[in-house]
Amino acid sequence: MEITGILGYIVGLAIMAAIYAIFALGLNVHWGYTGLFNIGIAGFFALGAYTSALLTTATPDPLLFEDYIFGGDLPARLGVFNLGIDLWFVIALLAAGAVCGITALIIGFITLRLREDYLAIATLGAAESIRFIFLNERWLANGSKGLYRIPKFLGDLVSPQDYDYLYLVVVAVVLVILYIAVERTIKSPWGRVLRAIREDEMTTAASGKNVFSFKLQSFILGAIIMGIGGALYAHSVRFIDPHTFDPLLATFIIWAMLMVGGSGNNKGAILGAFVVWGIWTGTQFLPGFLSDPNFRYVMIGVLIVAVILLRPGGILGEERRVSRPVQPADEAAHPEP
Amino acid sequence: MASLKQIARRLLSNWTAGYSVLAILLVVLALAFLSVIKLELVVNGLFLGAIIALGAIGLSLVYGIHKFAHIAHGDFMTLGAYAALFLLGMFFPSIGLESTGLGPFTFGYPVFLALPLAVLFLAAIAIGLDVGVYRRLRRRGVSNVVLAMTSLGVAIALRGIVQVIWGGGTWQYPRLSKPFYQLPMGVRIPPDGLFIVAVVLLLVVALYLFLTRTKMGKAMRATSDNLELARVSGINTEHVLWWTWAIGAALAATAGVLLAIFQAQLFPIMGWRILIPLFAAVILGGIGNPYGALVGGLIIGIAAEVSTQWLNPSYKIVIAFSIMIVTLLVRPTGIFGVRD
Repeated sequence: MEITGILGYIVGLAIMAAIYAIFALGLNVHWGYTGLFNIGIAGFFALGAYTSALLTTATPDPLLFEDYIFGGDLPARLGVFNLGIDLWFVIALLAAGAVCGITALIIGFITLRLREDYLAIATLGAAESIRFIFLNERWLANGSKGLYRIPKFLGDLVSPQDYDYLYLVVVAVVLVILYIAVERTIKSPWGRVLRAIREDEMTTAASGKNVFSFKLQSFILGAIIMGIGGALYAHSVRFIDPHTFDPLLATFIIWAMLMVGGSGNNKGAILGAFVVWGIWTGTQFLPGFLSDPNFRYVMIGVLIVAVILLRPGGILGEERRVSRPVQPADEAAHPEP
Repeated sequence: MASLKQIARRLLSNWTAGYSVLAILLVVLALAFLSVIKLELVVNGLFLGAIIALGAIGLSLVYGIHKFAHIAHGDFMTLGAYAALFLLGMFFPSIGLESTGLGPFTFGYPVFLALPLAVLFLAAIAIGLDVGVYRRLRRRGVSNVVLAMTSLGVAIALRGIVQVIWGGGTWQYPRLSKPFYQLPMGVRIPPDGLFIVAVVLLLVVALYLFLTRTKMGKAMRATSDNLELARVSGINTEHVLWWTWAIGAALAATAGVLLAIFQAQLFPIMGWRILIPLFAAVILGGIGNPYGALVGGLIIGIAAEVSTQWLNPSYKIVIAFSIMIVTLLVRPTGIFGVRD
């Protein structure tokens, strides 16, 4: 009994860490590879979670005093196509990614041509605006009462007490797919341009690359990943309200994860997510004031500053990437003494 | 009739004339709007705008001279307000300084002692942070975005410290509740409104004199134009950077105390909430232009307050954000900005 309790706790922790790892991957595309300063992750988090939840949650029941009018009830609608799998989950994730991608297109189109730090201010403002809209427009997503009864993916397969194990596998599969996708795109010539932009925009522009277009594409890609993360979160906790997306747990902690793990390194982003989430949940067992949630707040801020000051590369640091055809020649040019 | 064109050109080239034409246009526009909107909202927007302006002026100076978006500015305001809370609520009463309801105001004379002390405290914090954090990064030659990133970490930590010491709930300065003043045309103003406007006016005039009449002020403007050029012409730019921090933090602390008086409560997220209006005001006025930030702050404050006639009051921040986005689309350099 004791053992299963602990195991269940660890599985719950791992699910959250894996979902955060997806956000850290998205942020790594923005900051780690392109140098885009997005401090409105919470906005994409909320949009992804709400999109997926609204598409899949049952149509509102007036008897329950529900105010929202949307409610896709995708699982029931797709039931007619009996394909043997819960197709709705994939559709919901893709839709969440699409909504975030379109939002990123709009924000990026306005700000990415301008000074680089305008993006930070704009994303921050967008995130706060999105939160206030979900809070005040009750017809949209039930306002502060939030959305509940968000369906489980493959919920009929296993008993409810074992569901977490299944969902951990689901999240891990999505994480691995996204990891491979990001790794491949970053290793491609397209990814090389992104890193060139991060290092020196002028030179990249002088080499004939459309810097604005590449930045915009990178911003959209990262936002899509964050949207998928938000959707996974919604189907994991199965209840969301606007307060879920407060900047601390939806933006700042993800920044701390990426900085600690090592920005510019996808493995580092994932490692950082597990390390920081481990610290975050672990510190609540510390004695005295150390377990105070407010103290943990200070810790996240100090962690970000300390990493920048003392170890800018994080735990893993950026991998040196040299194109495969270049490598042998490079070694030949600098033979071992 | 080429003279019309000439007049227009002369007006544009002459700053003071240009500003006054713009001001007259704004007043005409405002008068036209007055037939639709409640005057009371405009007046209250002026108070909120004055507070936003005070924060935005400091933010604009820091932005113009340090060249990065100082995200901790809102939390500087919070810390300033809480520093004054410590003095007014705990320290002063323990040494027998206790008084509320001075003259027409809700607060007592201890505020006049607490305000300068909070300002000094915040200026010291800002310079301490520069020595401990920002200067090291500057010497390492990191990009401005990394500096902004660092200030995000500082912002989180500062708000966390406020929450550790004072908790997450709301506080009040010792105050004596007083009714709003009734003015003609159905305008009601809060008892402390005039104090807020007076403090802001005083500080703006002082800052103007400082920037134009003192050696350090001129050095600051030179550094804002071009740091390298300022350095080779013999200006100690490190000192200029410190002075900028001190002034920015001092204005932020004052704005924080005024905000706490204006909304009659303090809470840890108060500064973070006002960060978007601050940046909106800075961008609207043109980065690095303190007078632009003043006008921008007033416009944002009035627009946000007037919007409550039609919209839910919690959309004030969305209004500020929308103004910022429109500015970025139409005139990214701001109303008064001429260069990047």
